[in-house]
Amino acid sequence: MADITIIGAGVAGLFAAHELARRGLRPRILDRNGPPGPHGCSWWAGGMLAPHCEGVTAEPVITRLGAQAADAWAAITPVARRGTLVVALDRDRAELTRFARRCPAHQPCAPGDLEPGLAHHRAGLHVPSEAHLDPRRALADLIAALSAQGIAIERAEAEPDGIQGPVIDARGLASPLPGLRGVRGEMAVLHAPDITLSRPVRLLHPRHPLYIVPREGGLFMLGATQIESASRAPATARSALELLSAAYALDSRFAEGSIVELGADLRPAFADNIPRVVVRGRVLHLNGLFRHGYLMAPALARQAADYLTDRIKGELIHED
Amino acid sequence: MRDFYGVTLDSPLMLGTAQYPSPAILQAAFRASGASVATVSLRREGGQGQAFWSLIRDLGVRVLPNTAGCHSAREAVTTARMAREVFETNWIKLEVIGHADTLQPDPFGLLDAAETLSAEGFEVFPYTTEDQVLAGRLLDAGCKVLMPWGAPIGSGLGLNNRYGLRMLRAAFPDVPMVIDAGIGLPSHAADALEMGFDAVLLNTAVAQAGDPEAMARAFGLAVQAGALARAADPMEPREMAAPSTPLIGKAWL
Repeated sequence: MADITIIGAGVAGLFAAHELARRGLRPRILDRNGPPGPHGCSWWAGGMLAPHCEGVTAEPVITRLGAQAADAWAAITPVARRGTLVVALDRDRAELTRFARRCPAHQPCAPGDLEPGLAHHRAGLHVPSEAHLDPRRALADLIAALSAQGIAIERAEAEPDGIQGPVIDARGLASPLPGLRGVRGEMAVLHAPDITLSRPVRLLHPRHPLYIVPREGGLFMLGATQIESASRAPATARSALELLSAAYALDSRFAEGSIVELGADLRPAFADNIPRVVVRGRVLHLNGLFRHGYLMAPALARQAADYLTDRIKGELIHED
Repeated sequence: MRDFYGVTLDSPLMLGTAQYPSPAILQAAFRASGASVATVSLRREGGQGQAFWSLIRDLGVRVLPNTAGCHSAREAVTTARMAREVFETNWIKLEVIGHADTLQPDPFGLLDAAETLSAEGFEVFPYTTEDQVLAGRLLDAGCKVLMPWGAPIGSGLGLNNRYGLRMLRAAFPDVPMVIDAGIGLPSHAADALEMGFDAVLLNTAVAQAGDPEAMARAFGLAVQAGALARAADPMEPREMAAPSTPLIGKAWL
């Protein structure tokens, strides 16, 4: 018999299941699509655990709570703790100065000292305390950890109303929450075995900022556009051009890479772009992770669990 | 105050709605600035930006849709028609970009699109340079407002060609004009109002500030100062020092 039902097997739902199981509760996980895959936005994430870089534009709570993420994930999946490298093209040097001012956790660096392939960039910033993971590997490892405790994902359509007992609704945009909107993101994965980047690199640009996250096997994730649109249409040629041009400007060898994937999906977000646990009676909505799914899922799960077990109201809790 | 297609604005400040850290901060910035107009881009949203657009409508200010990112008259016209459907307004800020890098207007495409849209009943706010000949042609095409640039979009350089802008202002004294693009600081905005422009439109300077809400307030105060100063008939600059206390009769000690 389950103690709690979780609807939605994306990063928020699965991490909540993991956190509850860790505390001795027995969750049941339902998802109309079964295990995570291309149907969910967790699939398309970059996997940067970069609370300081994100803090340049995000609210301070993201930096503060996101700082737990690397340790929380490291108990489940490999986490590379090599920091983030931030660079800008020579003509956009002012962007780097600004970023440095807004991101106190940085150290000035010569990009070539950290990533020899980027020696042609003269100035950069290193944010050493940041980390990254492979999101799809992380989801698989999370599922494996749950399955070791006898918890599986059941493929089933479900609504909180039809379920007895406490429910966590982590369905993202499929959940009818007021104020929730979709923010479109487009990404590409390139296979470029000649390139040796070992840590996420952010290329600052006034119009087309880019990040590149290295993955196993010579793969690189290029992300991501951020468009106020609820369109799930495939990536546009314009966005692909912007992402690929920016990658080319960072390291011209990307031009020889193969495009393995071109993806588009929607990030669920509230107006302040901060994730929430919305409490409605016996239903807890974990939602609005925006571009911080992997960064904020651990903190969100922890606060939801604290609320369920001890009625502790963390700063992400909103009682409706 | 000159009006914009029959509309008198409460504040000479128009703010863009792109690039804010979050919609909540965008809303706070609008409240703090007292801006009377919000510009909004349709193009990238692919017709699916309803959630964001309804948020813009909720700001309670007049919406000025734009054709940002259009590189030809045809694209701009299509976008303008779509904007009219979505926002139920004839106002359109017409932007036809001539150069992908500098984002400077394409004067030929601009004129072409302005003629088409004016004929269709749009009330066109053309984003243009300070060129007087082009300005005249845009007015001939049916535009009743001009939006000369201060400096290239997003550059924050302020009023790059003060001579050209002064000449433009003097050449068409009855035409409402908005300085659009290039405003980086509240002092630039005050400068534009002091020179006799009717409003300023900016986005990046607020949206990308470390504290957008505070910067928005600063701009709101600056345009008030500029408009007040203009109305108060400022002194003319002069080459010689002019003591405000007469020298004659002053006691020699």
